[in-house]
Amino acid sequence: MKDLFFDAVVIGGGAAGMAAALELDAAGLSCAVIEREEQLGGILTQCIHNGFGLIEFNEELSGPEFAERIEEKLQGTNIRSFTSTTVMELDAGSENKVLFCYSALWGVLRLSCNAIVLAMGCRERNRGNIRIPGDRPAGVYTAGLAQRLVNIEGYVPGKDIVIIGSGDIGLIMARRMSWVGCKVHAVVEILPYPSGLTRNIVQCLNDFDIPLYLSHLTTNIIGRDRVEGVEITPLENGALMSDKAFTIPCDTILLSVGLVPENELSRMAGVELNPMTNGPLVDSMLMTNVPGIFACGNVLHVHDLVDYVVEESRRAGKYAAQWLKGRRPVREVRVKAGANVRYLAPVRVDVQADNKLYMRTLIVKNDAVLEVRVNNRVVKSIRKNHIQPSEMIQLQLSPKDLESVLSAPDPVVEVSIN
Amino acid sequence: MSEELICITCPLGCHLTIERKGDDELLVSGNRCPRGVKYANEELLSPKRMVTATARVLRLPQESQADSLGLVARLPVRSTGAYPKETVGDLLQAIYALEVPVPVKRGTVLISNFKGSGVDVIASRTLLE
Amino acid sequence: MQNASGPFDVCIIGAGVSGANIARRLSAYDLNLALVDSEPDVSFGVSKANSGIVHGGFHHNKKHLKARLELQGAMMFDRLRQELDFPFKRCGIVVAAMHEDEMRAIDQLYMQGVDNGVIGIEMCSRERILELEPKLHPDTLGGLWVPGGGIVEPYRFVFSLVENAVQNGVQLLTGFAVSRAARQGELWQVEAADGRTLQARYVVNAAGLFADKVSAMFGAEDYTIKARKGEYYLLDRMTKAKPDRVVFPVPTSVSKGMLVIPTVEGTVLIGPTAELVDDKRNLATTKDQLDKILSSARTMIPAVSEYDVITSFAGLRPTLDEDFYIDMSAKVPDFVQVAGIQSPGLTASPAIGEYVKDLLKKAGLKLLEKASYDPFVVKRPHVKDLSPYEVDELAARDPAYANMVCRCEKVSEAEIVAAVKAGHTTLDGIKYFTRAQMGRCQGGFCTYKIIKIIMRETGLSWEAITKNSNASQILKDVL
Repeated sequence: MKDLFFDAVVIGGGAAGMAAALELDAAGLSCAVIEREEQLGGILTQCIHNGFGLIEFNEELSGPEFAERIEEKLQGTNIRSFTSTTVMELDAGSENKVLFCYSALWGVLRLSCNAIVLAMGCRERNRGNIRIPGDRPAGVYTAGLAQRLVNIEGYVPGKDIVIIGSGDIGLIMARRMSWVGCKVHAVVEILPYPSGLTRNIVQCLNDFDIPLYLSHLTTNIIGRDRVEGVEITPLENGALMSDKAFTIPCDTILLSVGLVPENELSRMAGVELNPMTNGPLVDSMLMTNVPGIFACGNVLHVHDLVDYVVEESRRAGKYAAQWLKGRRPVREVRVKAGANVRYLAPVRVDVQADNKLYMRTLIVKNDAVLEVRVNNRVVKSIRKNHIQPSEMIQLQLSPKDLESVLSAPDPVVEVSIN
Repeated sequence: MSEELICITCPLGCHLTIERKGDDELLVSGNRCPRGVKYANEELLSPKRMVTATARVLRLPQESQADSLGLVARLPVRSTGAYPKETVGDLLQAIYALEVPVPVKRGTVLISNFKGSGVDVIASRTLLE
Repeated sequence: MQNASGPFDVCIIGAGVSGANIARRLSAYDLNLALVDSEPDVSFGVSKANSGIVHGGFHHNKKHLKARLELQGAMMFDRLRQELDFPFKRCGIVVAAMHEDEMRAIDQLYMQGVDNGVIGIEMCSRERILELEPKLHPDTLGGLWVPGGGIVEPYRFVFSLVENAVQNGVQLLTGFAVSRAARQGELWQVEAADGRTLQARYVVNAAGLFADKVSAMFGAEDYTIKARKGEYYLLDRMTKAKPDRVVFPVPTSVSKGMLVIPTVEGTVLIGPTAELVDDKRNLATTKDQLDKILSSARTMIPAVSEYDVITSFAGLRPTLDEDFYIDMSAKVPDFVQVAGIQSPGLTASPAIGEYVKDLLKKAGLKLLEKASYDPFVVKRPHVKDLSPYEVDELAARDPAYANMVCRCEKVSEAEIVAAVKAGHTTLDGIKYFTRAQMGRCQGGFCTYKIIKIIMRETGLSWEAITKNSNASQILKDVL
């Protein structure tokens, strides 16, 4: 068994992991990136569509291009990347943390380190998670699996397709499957509004005249061996209109019904999770409740844009480096999700530092106002032209914004949107 | 009579309201940046789309039988600019007809100035093997 | 497609848990044996979708053959596990009573268990039952404790039985859908839908849901097997609702009720429902029945949550009469009926193997012990059960043991390759054999890798990759 020591180990070699590792390296610390796939880049490598990098690189790139651009920055650094390597055991109980990693090349690697950055990304919710009843034939795939099969393996999983869920991956796949000669018969969404970004509704559905059924529930999957059809039922005021159910014939069902942070290793390490995001609860330095374990990217909360993943992960890498060198938050206070805010990450801010938070709202609204209150007194108010649940909102909180926390007896910072 | 469009230039998705002033002149409101005006003009007067797809990769037979489970069978490609929406199908056919030998570097031009559009198709990933 | 040699001494129709036990038991003797199944892999019928319980011997009166075989079969599992290396654990069974009248039923069950000679059976107070199973609802009034009950992965049990039977000379023919039979002198001539034929002196009808059809093809007894569907939910291993014991409700007249089962592999199974269906290939789940499972399970274990669901599925029970029908045909010669093997069929199956062996002996089959008989299968390592140090050693011999394919259930490439080499070449076959695709992502991450391994190891083309049947093609085109 090979034993290696690093100041920090980053779990996951996608955009988040690479960005965090680059900061650790820049701070002069030794760092390893562990990636279970054969190449770095994570899910970006199968996202061949464009639309990545507008913020990060100020140009529009495809997923593989974005990943390669970041990966190229690793060249010439001292970052050690282990691909085709899976972290299987994680012991973070003491200051010296130990990871057992399996790979065909190395056998079992035992890595010791003083800090860990969790950057494992997320996984797709599947048919079982949303409990669609019916037959269990071949032809029911998550959109991400179909994307992998088409874009990297070169196989077409089906010809006549219905997509369940209007998440971005599903919308992107609607266009992708149309462009490889398949017929996409419908996109079915349980909510009254689409879950994906507007640009994807316009470019991936409208361009191909693909009907979007909002407020419709998938109530049955039909087909003994291979999918033959899918039954969908309209919802009116929350009630299922069973007499208005109809069946769309198809041979394939793609599911784009949400993403869940992949926190199995985090749990193994004793990391406390936020039930709203299924990601770790982190402090102002993006550190979890386990000292020395940091989290960033989609394992922390599911992001809408990879550009934000990279921004957040850079901070996580920077914070991890600073933490290893002894920096600690000066005075932290909890931030509460108030009206119409689904979650905030991180959940604590440092009164003496510049804080950046990401959040998601529960509502669709034009001309909204985002308010930050300390003990019910508004300390910051920001106008938003348009907000919707599928788009993340950023918030900066400076020591000046949080000044009044210092004098408040039991300070509660609350963020709300109205 | 006004038309409505959602600007898709960036994720903000501005809701644009457009009045036609003449055959090729539009009055755009609701945009948060000049790109909204540009988008409305393009989308209503000459709609174009970025095209992304994959191309066949040419490998020597022994390489294609490699043990690796991570072997990439298709090369991702993209257009260098937006291409007229009406004839995106022609560009896709040209891409599907490609056979790209490896190694290939990201950015390699695979189709140059397709049908005089000024749009190239480039490899959007580096494949060494 | 494998052709049959022969003629065979015995042909067993149906490679489910009954047929597999019969074949494996007979393989100890100097006999030429065939085991045929209509599906592309073994255990793809009734045996793949059930509760996986080794029952406690208290549910049925011992005047029934099934009660006697259940008691005998349950005792045989410890030795079988040592020989056949399948997941089995005696975690014990609790029956939880939630109402006063259920306590009276517990009393009757207890007396029946005592009468049947169940070892260690115990009537429990509220305190005792909550101590045995702390996940139970705090309002549980009391119940029954049967320490000998256990859990088993039914398909893995069948795979091991068949593997061992084949090791000992049994010829396995999958995709062999019996379509016609005729007497030729002293032999049965058995024909499959694809044109393959074989000849056998004796035939055992262990065709599960289709035993009635097979019986008719042989001109034997006329009976009807009805399918009673049972739907299940599978919960993630992270669930807070995982009990230490199998939790039963107090049974009704038609079924043992909906259980909460901690599977040997760490997930939790809840169900089954019980509903007669006309179509014996109807394995669809339905919203009504699935909702019933959740509410029923919650009455016993309140921590059961729909958010922990990773999949749902249904199985069919082959129901005939109140009892099993295992006997020589009275109508045609040399034909054994093994029909109506519903619960506790899995538990009874090793004893069914013994029982059918003895029926054949009485009918004149010569049973000469075979010196070369080896009851042990070769144990295969499972990475998820090993320490990193053990995996490191294993990987030194075969690096594929350190290449993880299924992250959720921790299955390595070497284990997938072993499954393919053992003949499991459908995605479901590999799932049941290795657990890859059975975890929380349900194959979202690993399916493409498994497809590539199957193609690499077998030389099959993409068109031939299926879920579980010839028509269940996974891919439709190649770019």
